[in-house]
Amino acid sequence: MRRDIVLRVIAKLLIPFMLLFALYVQFHGDLGPGGGFQAGVIIAASIIFYTIIFGLPEARRLLPEWIVETMVASGVLIYAGVGVLGILLGGNYLDYFVLDHDPVHGQHRGIFWIEVGVAVTVSGVMLKIFYMFAGRRRDEDNG
Amino acid sequence: MSLASHYSYWVTIFLMIAGLYIVIARGNLVKKLIGLGIFQTSVYLLYIAPGKLIGGTAPIVAEGFRTYSNPLPHVLILTAIVVGVATLALGLAIVVRIREAYGTIEEDEILAQDRREEEQV
Amino acid sequence: MMAIVVLAMINQRNLFAVVVLGGIYSFLMATVLVALDAVDVAMTEASVGAGISTVLLLGALYLTRGEEAKHAPRRLIPLVVSIAVGLALVYGSLGLPAFSDPKAPIHTHVVPRYLNDTLKETGVPNAVTSVLASYRGYDTLGETTVVFTAGAGVIALLRRRRRVREEDDK
Repeated sequence: MRRDIVLRVIAKLLIPFMLLFALYVQFHGDLGPGGGFQAGVIIAASIIFYTIIFGLPEARRLLPEWIVETMVASGVLIYAGVGVLGILLGGNYLDYFVLDHDPVHGQHRGIFWIEVGVAVTVSGVMLKIFYMFAGRRRDEDNG
Repeated sequence: MSLASHYSYWVTIFLMIAGLYIVIARGNLVKKLIGLGIFQTSVYLLYIAPGKLIGGTAPIVAEGFRTYSNPLPHVLILTAIVVGVATLALGLAIVVRIREAYGTIEEDEILAQDRREEEQV
Repeated sequence: MMAIVVLAMINQRNLFAVVVLGGIYSFLMATVLVALDAVDVAMTEASVGAGISTVLLLGALYLTRGEEAKHAPRRLIPLVVSIAVGLALVYGSLGLPAFSDPKAPIHTHVVPRYLNDTLKETGVPNAVTSVLASYRGYDTLGETTVVFTAGAGVIALLRRRRRVREEDDK
């Protein structure tokens, strides 16, 4: 599919918009439908789209395996870290009120960071699973 | 109790038994996983349909709206959808490994191979 | 319409067609969810069900080369069992509250507090996000961990053992 010029051009036009839409969904989860999960899935879907059109080695050059694996773990760590931050600042675990001078702003910060954590983990896991499925050759005798 | 008031439950139950039938009655492992997915989506309907209030709107608080549909089932089902796709991914990984180990993904053939190995031992 | 798609999925033997029908089914489900005012859930179901699930199923089909085998002699028992379960469930559902009943228990317990206080306590108008991230944030931590575990599980199952092969070559 690398040689089919229509697909390549359309992919190059669409993928930035898909990523932008994912960011929009992520940050507007407060005001409209959206939030971390949907944004993570849309990010993964756009990179999968890129992989389907341009091939797995290209995608591996763009997002090497170690970055994806780090994303998988760091999202959960960010989430748990927000909770621990709540303890360090004097409240309970995952308490947002103590994160800022004003409880409502604390809620905003807390919600923002955990949505980021969720999006990073979800997109990392979906992408990693796709890499594993796509990188495995058929009928090969593997361990 | 009229027909219309419980219609949503019957649609849910129909999808549920369709998914259940695929899981029990078909031998291909990938098709079983798809049937499990249908079963899961029927459970989403089961939770969300009772949450809807006719005349209400999506549970985003805004000026000018009075009644909102219930947000609590939405939260539970959001979690359930993501867990469902995680389960599907793990199930498919196991199916790929089974295929490499047995050479087939039909349930009958896998069980036959296992029985043959047991008899040889 | 969803019933027709599901019945077609049951009887189709070509697995590629079944996967495509699954994608159609997910989109129809997302439309139904929008009609039921569940916009967050609809967005998630559309992207996850019709996007990621279809991609993963196609990847697995490519790796396992699927055509469903010819039918074994049609046993009647699974059909009978399914229909019996269905009838039992229909009988059970008669006791459930009618569709869109404002006095049903799920509307009266803790939800009015969530809807009324979400702007005051969290400053977030989307009640679903505020419940997910703030009121029930601990559950979302558990869910993120489940997603992480699934990723780790797939890595563990499908990782290739390069070291074993090098020893064989020696």
